[in-house]
Amino acid sequence: MIWGVLQFPGSCDQRDALHACGLAGEARLIWHEERDLSGVDAVVVPGGFSYGDYLRAGAIARFSPAMAAVAEFAAAGGPVLGICNGFQVLCEAGLLPGALLRNRDLRFLCRQVELVAQGADSPFTTGIEAGERLSLPAKHGEGRYFAPPALLEEIEAGAQVAFRYAAGENPNGSARDIAGVVNEAGNVLGLMPHPEHAVDRLSGSTDGLAIFQSAAGSLV
Amino acid sequence: MERALPALGFQGVGGVRIGRMVELEAEDAERLGELCEKLLANPLIEDYEIERLDSP
Repeated sequence: MIWGVLQFPGSCDQRDALHACGLAGEARLIWHEERDLSGVDAVVVPGGFSYGDYLRAGAIARFSPAMAAVAEFAAAGGPVLGICNGFQVLCEAGLLPGALLRNRDLRFLCRQVELVAQGADSPFTTGIEAGERLSLPAKHGEGRYFAPPALLEEIEAGAQVAFRYAAGENPNGSARDIAGVVNEAGNVLGLMPHPEHAVDRLSGSTDGLAIFQSAAGSLV
Repeated sequence: MERALPALGFQGVGGVRIGRMVELEAEDAERLGELCEKLLANPLIEDYEIERLDSP
């Protein structure tokens, strides 16, 4: 299992993403100017502040050559995981529905949050049951998930909500407590909290491992 | 912003919304709408207006 982890100028969480992917296969760093994803089985678009969130978070990174390659990879059914800024990039690229707005309280937040898996079908959640709770760190200023009402209904009807914040845990005002969504085909998953920071007992929760191991498992 | 205004002595100000203004020179004005839709604004969450500043 070969993971490709993207890096844009301003990305910072690609390091932990490489580490987490390395626990579920082999991980390869892909610089944003690279177009070659050959040999890659799954892609991670990591967290951080690509291009300093200039214009809008993820708005510039989505036009990078690597993202053009990722769009093709995703269109062919390849698994793509977007974490935090990566989720923002995927939404800006139209690979996931909706958008991420400024947190409701207008403050950058950094704390552990509890998620509830919704049973969405994706390579990243095959080992996670509906109703299962994951404790993951969240750190973001623009994590409020938004979609216009009609699109929100489509997402719900299509079982595309992958994770919701547990009751009372919604830290940013996301619509319907949505913490993560998948695309219609189910091969692209985006979530605001950071599974890559929760894979080692040293940093507390290891609930993030399941997301990486699920993808590795579903390729066997 | 809205919360800071009373502290500065400005009462009765509400509905504060902050946007972005981009000034640019374009040889061809025809594709500006496309430029706005694709990059400068995210049509899902932002509106935009195009104003021509020079004389035609």
